[in-house]
Parts: sequence; structure tokens; C-alpha cells
Amino acid sequence: MLDASISYYRYAFLGCEFLTWVWFLISTSSINNILKKGDSLEIGKKIVLERKVNDSIEKITIKGKDADLEEGMVSLKKGAVVKEINLLYRSGEKEWFFTITGENLNLSNIKTPDVGFIETKNDVEGIAIEKIYLFNVICFLIDDLYKNFIKIRVSNKWKPVVSDIREWIKT
Amino acid sequence: MGLLSSSVSINRYYVEGKIEEPVLEVIKKGLIKYLFKETEDTPADKSVGWTSFNNHFRPDFEGSSFVLCDFFIFSLRIDKKSLSSKIIKKFLYFETLKRLTESGRSYLSSNEKTMVKEHVLSILLLRVPATPNIYDVVWNYENSIVSFFSNNKSANEEFETLFQKSFKNHLIKIFPYSEADILSGLSDKERDALSLLSLTKFME
Repeated sequence: MLDASISYYRYAFLGCEFLTWVWFLISTSSINNILKKGDSLEIGKKIVLERKVNDSIEKITIKGKDADLEEGMVSLKKGAVVKEINLLYRSGEKEWFFTITGENLNLSNIKTPDVGFIETKNDVEGIAIEKIYLFNVICFLIDDLYKNFIKIRVSNKWKPVVSDIREWIKT
Repeated sequence: MGLLSSSVSINRYYVEGKIEEPVLEVIKKGLIKYLFKETEDTPADKSVGWTSFNNHFRPDFEGSSFVLCDFFIFSLRIDKKSLSSKIIKKFLYFETLKRLTESGRSYLSSNEKTMVKEHVLSILLLRVPATPNIYDVVWNYENSIVSFFSNNKSANEEFETLFQKSFKNHLIKIFPYSEADILSGLSDKERDALSLLSLTKFME
């Protein structure tokens, strides 16, 4: 593997392309081809886009539940990419909210479905196991989505996908 | 932010190589060797070490107390003492004045000034209680993934350093390239293609 300090910056764009691709899949419902039957993934409460304008960086942040993403689409039209996105994942009756950052794939603001209350010291281990399981659901989801993305990204399937994303942005 | 918080952040790492056998014993030794040490009675401004997940202030790694199902679970504790620059300035003034009076001189040399500052800091740091920060760690040994429950940059750096010292295994942070290279099951051909990738412009 390449030196981490070099590959971190050299390939940071892949994370932003990944998030843009995820938004495209969600918007066109193609995400259902990847997710387990009955599961869903939606844009959550925040999306951050960024584009370079000459030597400066233009940043657009859209916040709020059910926010109008029109500004985001305008920003994409101007050449921006998604830097950070908050997503809502549903599986059965359970819901997870989490934010993923493109540059480093860091996960933050992870809110899992409710777990039981800790009433005695003996409850801690059981609740911890439940929480680890719930966090892993999100980690596995991201790994799975990223695997799908990167397999396309390194192949000649990427070119038609880029055309589809361009069409989606234009419309 | 800990594992049991209502909202958490996770930074994931891939552990390069395997721990030598017996794994449990080696991990226990690493945790005990770099166990958190209290700083209240020392002039140190910072202390970093491992502590128990379920008892941050009285760590105990005896037996297999750090094993939970298929995971190793423990916490990183970083205690820091902070002093305001105004407090340091005030005590520095009085200490300098005292030395000048005692020596009958009107100035201190550069070396003396440094010594006075070190003396003042060591006295003040003995008086100030350290603020504890706890970061949980969940290590899935089977798939070699370690989850560190914070995105704080300096905490992650402390974690990477202490992990390497404790268990002699290098951590690779999961980021776009390493996720593709390590976790995505790419073939050699796909890996070659990965290294040649360049930015896609979705719109001109």
C-alpha cells in the first residue's frame, strides 16, 4: 500500500465522489438495487458541498429535516462535490442517523435505534454489545456501498455512470 | 464521547499483522504496561494511558475483563491540566520579584528566567486538578478492525501512538484509499487501476 500520508490527500477526492454517487443513487432510487430488500437510505438533516472558485473554496451547507436540496443541485451544476452528508438508514422499524465525511470517511453524529436503559452495573455489558452491533450495521452498510462504488470506479463502468450523474444534475 | 453516548463519532483503523500467541496474554500485558497513571501528585501537565471500559477511574485488566463477546473493549484516558496564561503571568511576576529581592540585582539572565518559569509551572501544575477525557476502543480481532470512538485529531494521534507502543502492531486509518485497498476485496488488476485514478469532473 502507498504511504498513508500521501494516499490520504492524493485520493481524498474518491470520498467526495462516493458521497456524490450515493446522493445520485438515493435520488434516482437506484440505491434499492444495493440495499437489502425493504431497507431504505435517505438524505438526512445536512449536506455540505464544496467547489473551488479560482483560488478560494465555496462551501454550501443545507441543513434541516426535509430541506429543499435545490441549492445543492445548483451547486453541483456549478461543479461542486459532496463533502459531507447526513443520512437516514431504515431497516425494519429501526432507524439510524449518521454523518459521513468524504475526505476521510469519518463517521459522526451516529444515532442508533434506542437500546435499553442501564439500571444496574450488570446491564452495561449487555447494552455495550447491543450498541456495538448497532454501530456495526452502519459500518457494514458503508463498507458495502463503498465496495460497490470502488468496483465501478476502477472499471470501465464508471464512464456511463458519470454520464448518468451528469444527466441527473442537469435535470 | 463514549460508546454508550446517545450520539457518537467513530474513526476506524485496520490493524496490520497479527498479535503473537497467546493473544489474550499479549494484549493484557500491553494494556497493563501502559495503564493510565494519575497525575494529581506530579507536575506533569498530561497523562495518557489505557483504562477499563466499565471503570474509567480504577482500571483493572486482570482475567479477561477486557473481552466482550468477540471484541476487546477498553478505553483511552487522556488527562490534561490547563493553566490560564494570566495565572502564569501573575505567579511569574511574584517569583521574579522574589528572586530579584533575594539577590539584590535588577535583572535576571535568560537562563534564570527559564528556570523561574519552569519552577512556577511545576508548582502550579501540582495544584491544578487534571481534566479527564475518556475515549472508548472496540477491537474486532477477527477482522482486524479497531473502532476509536472520537474524531478528535489529537486524541486519535495519541491513540495511534499508544496502540503501536502497547501491541507492536501498526494501525492504518480507514480513509478513501485504504478502504478501497484493504476492505473492498479488489483484485490486483483493480488495485493497479485504483492507483491510477484521478478526479472526475461531474460538470465542466
